[in-house]
Amino acid sequence: MNAMSGERITVERWTGSARLAAAVVVLVIIALALGPKLLSPGLTDRLTALFVYVILAAMWNALTGFGGLVSVGQQVFFGLGAYFAIRLADWGLNPFAALVVGAVGVGIVAVPLSWPMLRLKGGEFAIGMWVVAELVHLLVNLDTLVRGETGTSLISMNNFDATTRRDSIYWLALAAMVVLLGALFVLLRSRIGAAIQAIRDNEEAAASLGVRVVTTKRLLFVLAAFGAGMAGALWLATAITFQPRTFFGVQWTAYMIFMVLVGGIGTFEGPIIGAVIFFLIETWFGSTGVWYLVGLGAVAVLFSLLLPKGLWGAVESRWSLQLLPVGYRLRLPETKAE
Amino acid sequence: MTDALIQGILLGGYYALIAAGLSFMFSVMRIINLAHGSLAVFAAYALFVLADSFGISPFLGLLIVVPLMALVGWALQRFILERATRAGPLVPILATFGLSIVIDNLLFEQFGANTRSLANYIGDLSYDSWQLTDDIAVGKLAVLIFATAVALLAGIQLFLSFTPLGRAIRATSEDSDTAGLVGIDARRANAVAAAIAMASVALAGAALGTRATFDAYAGAPQLLFAFEAAVIGGTGSVWGTLFGGILLALGQSFGAQIAPQGFLLGGHVVFFIVLFARLFVPGSALRRQVLAALGRQPA
Repeated sequence: MNAMSGERITVERWTGSARLAAAVVVLVIIALALGPKLLSPGLTDRLTALFVYVILAAMWNALTGFGGLVSVGQQVFFGLGAYFAIRLADWGLNPFAALVVGAVGVGIVAVPLSWPMLRLKGGEFAIGMWVVAELVHLLVNLDTLVRGETGTSLISMNNFDATTRRDSIYWLALAAMVVLLGALFVLLRSRIGAAIQAIRDNEEAAASLGVRVVTTKRLLFVLAAFGAGMAGALWLATAITFQPRTFFGVQWTAYMIFMVLVGGIGTFEGPIIGAVIFFLIETWFGSTGVWYLVGLGAVAVLFSLLLPKGLWGAVESRWSLQLLPVGYRLRLPETKAE
Repeated sequence: MTDALIQGILLGGYYALIAAGLSFMFSVMRIINLAHGSLAVFAAYALFVLADSFGISPFLGLLIVVPLMALVGWALQRFILERATRAGPLVPILATFGLSIVIDNLLFEQFGANTRSLANYIGDLSYDSWQLTDDIAVGKLAVLIFATAVALLAGIQLFLSFTPLGRAIRATSEDSDTAGLVGIDARRANAVAAAIAMASVALAGAALGTRATFDAYAGAPQLLFAFEAAVIGGTGSVWGTLFGGILLALGQSFGAQIAPQGFLLGGHVVFFIVLFARLFVPGSALRRQVLAALGRQPA
């Protein structure tokens, strides 16, 4: 009867299954780090692509799933990350350093951009970001280095032999993925994380409790921009050639939406699962071209209408399972028999 | 200069035409339909098939395609948007974006990469013009499209103001629960609104196809133009849409005078100038924030 008497209710942040999951995650990361030593060159390249997808999905989810901001223009940061890397490498910076510095540059650009954009709501923000992407695409085309839609290449990357290049990009992508996911995990478990999840659940209620809604959203906006910029720079490193139309294409956002919707929007684990599913679908059906894209769009529509929490959301609510806990769980004391 | 001005204003008519449906749907249902542009391209292809395979002129073809698109709008609302709106404010954006990808790629699958145009099926109208002065001529088609936009906007305005159905739609958009209390069927009002919006998209598709070429992926730029025109004019405002369309087109028209790439850039720049200007509207929350960040007291 006295279940509400306070001291016996404990707040749980880790569960047994979550501790196990965390240990597995560490083992997986160590195994992945050994990848280039064990795997074929082709598989190494494919895994690099998977890491980029995970980054894209996790960062879009940070903005949409947690910040409540749907953007159809995240390709602007993806393209800009690649462009900045090209620019910096052309100025003589080591190409690997250029990838990271380029992504930081994207994060910096996102700060002033957040001012007008965060003023827009819902669909206005969504398409407004798309217009930003188109505008930046046109501006990048004006740079003589890029030569319009012809594009250019990250030439200085060719100074490294193929194996060094492939392995270094792989490790850089793995490190970027781990750092970005780790940063998101720590952020979501921090005090700001509580604010973020409050905003996700009810923006007005959060604001009335004193949560600084705009500041919190700005943080997510910049983080998501930085992450997408890093992904774009890494993609450039694997592709070498930079064609503005490819990098600023809206299909990148379509992929992000697909991965997050299928995996589970607003969950930490969902986008990672979504990225793996997307990766497998692309591997098996990518060659079917147009029908593959029709399928992606149709699945996104169906998930948004029928399973809006995605696969992981369904698992989570079905079995009350959290492998990488970013929330708080209340454990009520076991009620004694009367 | 005068020429750029006149051509810009006339082009603005096209943008107002395509923005009208987007803006109308937003004002009624608070939804921005990201498949708007793709559906306009779909309508253009429908007219193309009627003209190409059955020899039906695009103007007669509209008698088929306008009702067809109205039906599409009704179905869109009933089967996708209604469900999506219930699931949360973000879901309609995601669902309509997914839908646009499906439509674009199905069109590509069906019609391939060739660009198409309806200009061949409308006779002299595609190139006829009125000579105003020695160096200024206005295309008859451009004037027709502009007049259609004005008529459509006026029609929407009159419909909303003076018909029972229009009043029901306005009441639903204000507060659908309260409207329900006084016996208005909100589902029906929204479905009718979506049907009207898509009927207007059929007209926009006809304008797109007759004045220029289009391909399967032309939907995205049309969506952006419609969106920019609607935002510049103030989303949801009927006559603001016309003003927004004209301002967007003038930006493009004058941008093109400066540099070849300036056409699209000019339009986007106008859009962002308007967006930034909204930051500094007196009394806005953001203006206070900006001033505070600069260490100044709001005036």
